[in-house]
Amino acid sequence: MTTVEKTGNRRLTAEELEAFGAEMDVIRQRIVADLGEDDAAYIYNIVKKQRAFEIAGRSLYYLPVIGWVPAVACLSISKILDNMEIGHNVMHGQYDWMGDPDLNSRMFEWDTMAPSENWKYGHNYMHHTFTNIVGKDRDVGYGILRMDEDQEWRPYYLGNPIYAFLLMTFFEWGVAMHDLEVDELVAGRRTWAENKEIGARILRKVKEQTLKDYVLFPLLTGPLAPLTFAGNFTANIIRNLWTFNIIFCGHFPAGVASFSQEECEDETQGHWYYRQLLGSANITGGRLFHIMSGNLSYQIEHHLFPDLPARRYPEIAEEVREICERYDLAYNTGPLHKQLFGVFKKICRFALPDRKSSDAAPAGAAPAIEEVAA
Amino acid sequence: MALDLGGRILRSRTVAALASPHGIDRYLTQINPMLAAHEVRARIVDIHPEVSAPGAPRVATVTLQPTSTWRGHRAGQHVSVGIDTGEGRRTTRVFTVSNTESKPGDPLTITVRAHDDEDATPYSISKYLTERATVGTLVHLSQAEGDFVLPHHVPEHIVLISGGSGITPVMSMLRSLQRRTHRGKVTFLHWAPSAERQIYAEELEEIRGQGHGVDLHIMHTADGAPYLSPALLEKLVPGYRDLPTWVCGPESLIEATQAAYDGTESLHVEYFKPPRSGGVAGGEMTFSTTGKTVANDGATILDQAEAAGLSPEHGCRMGICFSCTANKSSGLVRNVLTGETSELPDEQIRICVSTPEGDCAVDL
Repeated sequence: MTTVEKTGNRRLTAEELEAFGAEMDVIRQRIVADLGEDDAAYIYNIVKKQRAFEIAGRSLYYLPVIGWVPAVACLSISKILDNMEIGHNVMHGQYDWMGDPDLNSRMFEWDTMAPSENWKYGHNYMHHTFTNIVGKDRDVGYGILRMDEDQEWRPYYLGNPIYAFLLMTFFEWGVAMHDLEVDELVAGRRTWAENKEIGARILRKVKEQTLKDYVLFPLLTGPLAPLTFAGNFTANIIRNLWTFNIIFCGHFPAGVASFSQEECEDETQGHWYYRQLLGSANITGGRLFHIMSGNLSYQIEHHLFPDLPARRYPEIAEEVREICERYDLAYNTGPLHKQLFGVFKKICRFALPDRKSSDAAPAGAAPAIEEVAA
Repeated sequence: MALDLGGRILRSRTVAALASPHGIDRYLTQINPMLAAHEVRARIVDIHPEVSAPGAPRVATVTLQPTSTWRGHRAGQHVSVGIDTGEGRRTTRVFTVSNTESKPGDPLTITVRAHDDEDATPYSISKYLTERATVGTLVHLSQAEGDFVLPHHVPEHIVLISGGSGITPVMSMLRSLQRRTHRGKVTFLHWAPSAERQIYAEELEEIRGQGHGVDLHIMHTADGAPYLSPALLEKLVPGYRDLPTWVCGPESLIEATQAAYDGTESLHVEYFKPPRSGGVAGGEMTFSTTGKTVANDGATILDQAEAAGLSPEHGCRMGICFSCTANKSSGLVRNVLTGETSELPDEQIRICVSTPEGDCAVDL
């Protein structure tokens, strides 16, 4: 009962799914057994660089005029490294095996508005467990956007491009508020009581973040305070733009599959891997680009193995690709501009009601794989 | 004075706010690992072999120069030592501080016997410290912890009992008493396998020679010395049950001492190794985060989690360092150190010293 999907993906039989899952497990076991000094040295080096960029950034504000642009650049790099290659990956438990409390998923806190504890629930648990299951994975549209045809169209979604633009600019605020599940609250499926602790954590974190970036560090530069304030604001926005774009390219470019809740009931481990693979997309680029994106440019490998150190994704990717070829499964990758264009098109297309010609698979059947209607 | 001012600035709320969310130590350590505002780190400044008898595990006294953040210790207290023993992994174990009471910033010593630790990767920390560590090696420390200490006003006559490596806290007490020029009497009973394996042999001989109110009895079991019994205690320390007593050593020694003292309040106990947890088996142990469920076999939750293939964060495995603290969502657990049970929902427990009794769910 092998059917061929329009994007070239084959639905795997139960036996094939099991074999496919077993191959993924082998990769995982091999990397886990191989973790060691090189991985530790790598992350320590990234942390060292991030701290150096931060100190450089904060210091350069004292050089009036010529210091401002390099200061903002250093601080942006520092915040991007902190959030992506360090924060996101550490909080996935990728470095827990090292036994270093500084790099432990339970203790790490990152330089962004979203408190780590809230984020780990929404991201590590909700998003990574239910990846691209429409109605369960809250990262499909983040409760704000319409990013999939299985999300029913409402006139509200006409603003899709505007919401996306605002979400991109103020991404760290969006991520922080994400955990309050405001849409669920409005719909009456969530109570204020459930949000009490989550909200208190957000308030505390927002206070800490704004105090240092918008009060203390500007004050420390005396008469240059307004420039420092503006610089810190700019660095935060630059980080927001970058992280939004990398993250949206991970799940929303053309060719990424979404899944219905029904087809993921009683899911096997093999199907879980299959869903992670088809629900994610990679971005091609150089080594520096991968580091600056926290190796989330290897989103497929990240979703298959979220708790393996991200620096291992490039070596894993070669094997995953080879396995995909053997099973006739799409391996969604492309340069940044291509993936971004796919995301942009989706944001615009789903602002409007579905066209009649849309021949999406009915819910409960095969994975509804987006047609590349270029 | 200037140093102290620097320390106060580094520990101020303003600096904490500026370094948020990482904390000032995360930046200081990048400059120099011996700079710290809150944490304690130390460099090994001396390694002195104590015992290297053929066939016996090595024992060495390691002297550590801590960062200025070290708050000092009271005789009998212990400290968590974290060290990168290879393959990028940090191992943490607890050792008693063996030198005399220290003041803030003072050097401290730990006396380490090489053990084959169960989960050592690739080296056990005690083997690393006795065989591979060199002067200059950096270690991570906790502040001194523990209630197994002498009171500030030491009674007229006290009894110290130790077995094997359990001598270290007791030795710290004895050394501190000598420095304090304690005028009273100390009866010190120690059991070791043999003379070749006796830690601090020379120093003990010196103390014996000096007299100064220290009544020293060293028993070497290989030479036919008697084990601890009420009769032996009564012979060596008449009226021992009424004397304030500190005992540290392996489980068998502790049990024999507890039986001999028969519940009197004068006995202070420190396990050299935590008691084996013979918990109550039955019911289901659920690890909620990973969705795994196993039959509760009565072992500690950490042991059961590891047996189920999980690898929870942990440190000392004896309830001291709190690295393994996890949320218990439901169920009755017993603290194997104190015997206390607790049934509160959503409670933070140390999984290395908690055994479930019946159904239990922990967020792991």
